[in-house]
Amino acid sequence: MTLLLIAVGAAIGAPLRYLTDRAIQARHDSVFPWGTLTVNVAGCLVLGVVTGLPATSAWTALLGTGFCGALTTYSTFSYETLRLAQEGARFYAVMNVVASVVAGLGAAAVGFVFAQALQ
Amino acid sequence: MEHEPVPIDADIDLHVPAERAELRPSPVPVLAAISAGGVCGALARYAVALMWPHDPGGFPWATLVINVTGCLLIGVLMVIVTEVATGRRLLRPFLGVGVLGGYTTFSTYAVEIHQTAAAGAPWTALAYLAGTLAGALPAVWAGSALTRALIVAKVPR
Repeated sequence: MTLLLIAVGAAIGAPLRYLTDRAIQARHDSVFPWGTLTVNVAGCLVLGVVTGLPATSAWTALLGTGFCGALTTYSTFSYETLRLAQEGARFYAVMNVVASVVAGLGAAAVGFVFAQALQ
Repeated sequence: MEHEPVPIDADIDLHVPAERAELRPSPVPVLAAISAGGVCGALARYAVALMWPHDPGGFPWATLVINVTGCLLIGVLMVIVTEVATGRRLLRPFLGVGVLGGYTTFSTYAVEIHQTAAAGAPWTALAYLAGTLAGALPAVWAGSALTRALIVAKVPR
């Protein structure tokens, strides 16, 4: 059952990352990878909420391991950072790391505190 | 030989004409490939996490290893996608966006930093924060550099 819930969450989360990234790039032409930053921060916020609620293992599997895990990505984040550095956009590369880590940690904390406040 | 621009964003980069057009005429094949890949990647991540549990306040080795190996593989894959198997329409969506995107995770990374610090191990949390970055970024570089070296060795130009 856990495996099925993870699969369902991931089946939604992965294409949602792709479509969100596409939609952001279509409206905002930039070298800076705003799309990946957005999905990663959003996923951290949702996982913060899931962690802060007295979540059952079913919700954790569906939303946490499946959905948030597939929505967010470390491989694309790292690849973009390396590519920015290779293209000579070192400032953007450093800002991508700093912004992703700071905003991701912040979003996870806000989600967690929000979930605690709801109880 | 014409080379397409190498994408900055490994998931989707609208600066690359072939990627901009990949949802036409129908978005179903690409989205289905991403979805199926995401399921495979997420289940593989779950399996590694089950095999390698950590105590509260302990170092989250499973996620670090998942993220660093996923980064090594995206480095390998993107060289193959952009320089070797350039005509394979579903290769990047399935393996890159789906499998590796589903396998690696930024949300668990962020939450584990908080949880490790909250469990009374702030130095472990900081080491995990920095250690993942220090492993992941060189891993992408190593994956692409090694793959490119192998291609050059195998295909004399």
